[in-house]
Amino acid sequence: MTPLQGCLLVSALLFAIGLAGAVTRRNAILALVGIELMLNAANLNFIAFWRYGAHPEALTGMMVVIFSIAIAAAEAAVGLALIIAIYRHYRTVNLDEIKNLKG
Amino acid sequence: MSLPFIIIAVVTLFAAAAAMSLRNLVHCALSLVVALAGLAALYLALDAQFVGFAQILVYVGAVAILIVFAVLLTRSDATPNQAILAPGWFTGIVVSAVVFATLGWAALNSPGLPKKMPPAPEATVKNIGDLLMTRYVLPLEVIGLLLTAALIGAVIIAMRDDSPKAKIEDGGLKMEKPSAPSSILHPPFSSGGHV
Repeated sequence: MTPLQGCLLVSALLFAIGLAGAVTRRNAILALVGIELMLNAANLNFIAFWRYGAHPEALTGMMVVIFSIAIAAAEAAVGLALIIAIYRHYRTVNLDEIKNLKG
Repeated sequence: MSLPFIIIAVVTLFAAAAAMSLRNLVHCALSLVVALAGLAALYLALDAQFVGFAQILVYVGAVAILIVFAVLLTRSDATPNQAILAPGWFTGIVVSAVVFATLGWAALNSPGLPKKMPPAPEATVKNIGDLLMTRYVLPLEVIGLLLTAALIGAVIIAMRDDSPKAKIEDGGLKMEKPSAPSSILHPPFSSGGHV
């Protein structure tokens, strides 16, 4: 197993953990945490391919990760604001109890 | 694969698994901090210093604090009594295991992957700043616009629903208050004039 494959395996396992948490946990905040973990796994892939790829001096993978981190921060802020608005309306963040589209 | 890489990867993966499986949400948030810091260490091990420190600043510094605030604001910091997993959890675990098997198979069996590390590139802050101001200036502006929109949107979404109504009621009270004392004060003057 080469070092790049090790990075890819770590990233795949991190993605699977995030996916499992996002689809199985009942709490909306933990679903969001799972999505963050999946985004981070993708970032790790970008960095690994940038480091082991053909032209690392072009810094392409690094730029993608910098923009990806900024987008993930915006996503976390909006997602948590949505969760707080939902909690204020339903008095719960349990995803199984939030069933009505019309409040 | 070097020994530090393996240690950091194991710590990161265990912390991520703990963040997704612990019962208490505050413990989950703390495990998430460990997992994100481990990812930052992985970036540093891969010679991406700027991204590693950005990861620490943005994720460990801001996103983790945001998540802790959300946990406390939604009052879900107590350990839940009922089941923490959704009813179809087994299907979810199977699906994510299949996803991992597919990704891992692809990573292990791809023929064209580079075998060894090229010499470390010069990824100084100066180079990154030059690129951000020349070649990537349009994405940078778009990200700035997106962050502004997300900031305003998050504030608007998280505002109270009943705030416009309460504001109108407050305004109505304030409008009435100046007129009320004058109407109270008026009779004594007029009566005083008569007497």
